Parts: sequence; C-alpha cells; structure tokens
Amino acid sequence: MTTAIKVENVSKTYTRDKMSVPVLNNVSIEIPEGEFVALMGPSGSGKTTLLNLIAGIDRPTGGRVSVQGEDIGTMNESSLAKWRSRNIGFIFQFYNLIPVLTAYENVELPLMLTPLSKAQRKQQVETSLAIVGLADRMKHTPNQLSGGQQQRVAIARAIATDPNIIVADEPTGDLDKKSALEIMTLLERLNKEFGKTIIMVTHDPSAAEHAHIVRHLDKGDLLPEGA
Amino acid sequence: MNTTRMVMKNTLRHPLRNILTILGIAIAVSAFGLLRTVLTSWDAGIEAGSVDRLVTRDAVSFIFPLPLAYADKIEKTEGIDKLCYLNWFGGVYKDKQNFFPRMACQPDRIFDVYPEYVVSTQEREAFINERNACVVGESIAQQFNIKLGDLMTVEGDIYPGKWDFVVRGIYKRRDQNTDGTQMFFSWVYLNERLLQDAPSRANKIGWVVTKLKPGTNSAAVSKAIDNQFINSSAETKSETERAFNQSFFESYSAIFTAIRIMSILIIGIILMVLGNTMIMSTRERTREYAMLKALGFRGNHLVAFIAGESIIIAFIGAIIGVGMLYLMVLGVGAVVPKQFFPVFFIAPSTYIISFSSAVLLGGLASILPVWHNTKIQIVDGLRFNG
Repeated sequence: MTTAIKVENVSKTYTRDKMSVPVLNNVSIEIPEGEFVALMGPSGSGKTTLLNLIAGIDRPTGGRVSVQGEDIGTMNESSLAKWRSRNIGFIFQFYNLIPVLTAYENVELPLMLTPLSKAQRKQQVETSLAIVGLADRMKHTPNQLSGGQQQRVAIARAIATDPNIIVADEPTGDLDKKSALEIMTLLERLNKEFGKTIIMVTHDPSAAEHAHIVRHLDKGDLLPEGA
Repeated sequence: MNTTRMVMKNTLRHPLRNILTILGIAIAVSAFGLLRTVLTSWDAGIEAGSVDRLVTRDAVSFIFPLPLAYADKIEKTEGIDKLCYLNWFGGVYKDKQNFFPRMACQPDRIFDVYPEYVVSTQEREAFINERNACVVGESIAQQFNIKLGDLMTVEGDIYPGKWDFVVRGIYKRRDQNTDGTQMFFSWVYLNERLLQDAPSRANKIGWVVTKLKPGTNSAAVSKAIDNQFINSSAETKSETERAFNQSFFESYSAIFTAIRIMSILIIGIILMVLGNTMIMSTRERTREYAMLKALGFRGNHLVAFIAGESIIIAFIGAIIGVGMLYLMVLGVGAVVPKQFFPVFFIAPSTYIISFSSAVLLGGLASILPVWHNTKIQIVDGLRFNG
C-alpha cells in the first residue's frame, strides 16, 4: 500500500512568554493511503499538534513531514495554503461553520479557491451534502441545524474539493452519543467507499473503535503500536 | 458564493452595531462637510474678489474718506480701464438685525466695474436717471420680499436721518460665489444731502475701485496710484480686490484655523468609530478566519473580506452623511449671517472630499484587523476564545 503520510523524527516546541514548551519529541509515523487512523492520548500529549503538522497548518521545530510524497516543510505559506486547499479536508470539534452562511454556502467555501464553474460548484456542493444526508437542509443556516447536522455540514465542506486526506480534530467531542455515532459511521463510509485517508484525534474510545489503526501519544511521545 | 456575497453577509451580521456605526460615520461626514462648507464659503467671499480690480483706500484705514478729486487723478493712471468710487453708507433697514452692505456709488459706472452683478438695460437706465433709485441683490430682494418700485426707507447712522430709496433694479448673480446681498444707490444723492446738512463731510468718497486693462501689472499700477498721493493729507493704499477682502476678514482667521483643526479631528473620529467596529467584528471572527486560512484562503482573501466590509460600511455612511450635509447646509444657509457669508453653498470639492475621505478611511480602518488576522498563526486562531 502506498504511503500517504510520512512523519520522520518530528519535534515541536512552542515558546510561550519566553518559555519553551516541548510538545512533540522525535515522533515518526507512516500512514498508508486509504487508512483510518485514530490518535489518542491525554490532554497535552501532542495529538492535535501532530494532526496540525500533518495538515500543514503548523510547522515542526525539527524533522520532516511528507504528504503524498511532498515535503510540506519546504513550502512557503502561499504554496502551503494552495496545497491544503487541494489535498486536505478539515473537520473541527466545534464545526467552525460561518453562522451567516447557509449549509450550501458553507460547503461552497473551499470551492471558491478552485477554478470550477458555478454549475460545477453547485454539483459538487449538492453531491457533498447528499453524501452526508443533508440534501434537504441546503438553505438552512447553522443555527437552524442540530449539532450533529452542523458537523455533517462541516464534513460536507471537508469533502467538497474531493481531497485525499481528511483530518478530524475531536469530531465527536461536542456531540451526544447518537450524533457521535452518526458522524463516525459517516467517516467510516468516507474511508471505505471513497477511499479517503482519515486521521482523527479523539478522546473517545468508542469513536476510536471505528478506526483501523489507533496510536497513542503521551507527553509528546508516540507510543509503540498496540500500546 | 463569491467575495462580494461573503462581504455583504458579514456586513449584515450585526445589523444594530453596523447601523450605529453607519450613523456615526454619517454624522461625522456631515459635520466635516459642514465645516468645510464654512471654510469654502468663507474663501469664496475672498476669492470672489477680483485680481484685475484694484481697491484704493486711505492708507491708515478704509473708514477714513478720500477727497473726491482723487478719483480723477486715479483714472488718469496708466493701465486703468474703468473706475467707480463708492462710499460705505451703513444705516438700518427696518431692524438692526437686517444687516447687508449699503453703498453709495456711481450708477453709470458700477456695473461696468462689477460685471458679475447682472441688471437689465431698463433697470440700469432707471437707476442712472432717478436720483434716489437703488439696486439691490437678488438675495436681499428674496429675503425681504423686495420688488421693483418698492420704497426702501433706511435710518441713517453714519449719515443720520431718514433716507428713502426707490428700488429700480434687482441684480442677479453671474456666478455662484457672487455676493447677492448688496444695495447700491447714487453717491450724488448722498452728497447732495451732505452739502446741505453737513458740508464738511461732502465731496468725500470711501474708496475707489478700478478695473485694469488686460495684461496690466496690478502691483505696478497700485504703486503708481499710491505714489501720486505720497506726503498728502490722505495717503492711499492700493491693492487687488482679493487682497483687500483678505485683509478685511483677517481678524477672523483664528476662528477659521480652529474650524480647520476641528475638521481634521472629525476625520480622526470617523477612523476611530469604524476602526473600533471592525476590530470588534473581526476579533469575534478570529476562529473563522483561522478556519478559512486552514482551508487555503490566503492573506489577499482576508484583505478583501475585511477591507471590503469596512469600505461598504464607510460607503453607506458617507452616502447618508453627504445627504445629511445637503439638508444641513440648506438649513444653516437660511440662518447664517450674510455679512460673513454672502454665499453659503456646498462646493463640489466638499462632496468629493467628504465622500472619498470617508471611503478611504474605511480602507484605513481595516488595516489593523487585517494585519491581526493575517499574522496570527492558524493554530492560535483556531484556539482563540475572544
């Protein structure tokens, strides 16, 4: 199986108020294409930081992150932004939908960065919303939707540009059990049916059960598989 | 979805806050415009003074009269085309509040020297032929409902007694900045009464206005006139009409400097009102902007979103402000003292400057929010809790 993501000896240290705080220590991990990986660990273990580095929204202090063969550490901000728009779909814990936009418009946002025509965009948005089961909620604004529905809109937004990789940071963290299950089932479907590589950060063991691979982090160290 | 729609949606996000901001900008724009109108109207009064007309007056002060004989001597000076002498009359028309300049002049010459005061040939003839005829400006006629043939009685103060004038002409203003508030009557009518009642004050004139021949050096002619009266009992000072107006109004210059400073402060207020709104709005949306950056939106997109919103708010505020300015000037113009502002109008440049400075400030007000949101790291933005 082809390697989708290769993280080699990555470390990350934050500087806050002149104090250095090491968050990741020489972490290495390879994620094959089409895998569904869950990153677990206590708060402050560095799992979100690792996710952010893989997604190209943060830069490592040391080491190298390659995604689909590209060393994203060497890209400048503008190239990295373009790269993210083409390759990464984001799902956040608190959905991060824009409250004044409808579900349709929220999903259309990443498509603003593509050269697609209006008709092509419409098709992409409608398909994405249909996949997440919200074809009948296109005109609704986020405050007219439940938490689970909002997260599904966020998932539709993440897949609208058809990226190969989806990063999800605590996608069920703000949801009840039923909605959380719906979201996890949806992510599983995206992985199985559409071949998306998914890397998910979660605290929730029942969410992690949907992943094929579960890796744990503790105090910035990636624990061996099966630990 | 496109950038414009996104900007519009964001602009409508906090209707009350943005309406208040728009009103704040509108009030500031109208206040700025009103102050500028005061300044431009003031300047218009000075600018209305021609540079090819000279005013010759007593060197000490224009309240001192000149001998009538000076007019003939001045007229013979090289470079002079036309001449008219005038005399400040003063007086009270009905009420002391009703101030407007009343001057004795040469009826057959005044409209040659001041072609910007437009009267018909018939009115001019009547003015010349009737000793106690007078011509008033259209603004005064309108203000006091004066019609041709009306009798105007003026109670003299500098020249005591009751003075009756018959209105034989109402002059129209050739240009927008021409003074329409003056009243002219025959100097001969004044002089005849003085010869009877106060002979020592007769045969005196207040000042002489001369129109220069085209291409004449005004400074040289002024010097030539004044040189004729050096060491006389009434030395003269000649200067262009514009310079004369300027010196006349100079004592009020401090007030106008204060107005200029206030108008600059108002620009600062617009910037702060709008800047405050934009900082609040974008601060609340820090996570959204971080999310957009994560999705691949770049700095130029954020500039368009934030600056676009700021400029739209400023634009709407500027439009309302200019509309308010128009109404305010209509209202203020009706009560403003005519002696200070014979003309009170909004100059086209005031519309342009008021409107464009507000829109420009809209752009400036977005600089700090744009800088904050483009510089903040995505991961910090996503964690931001306002």
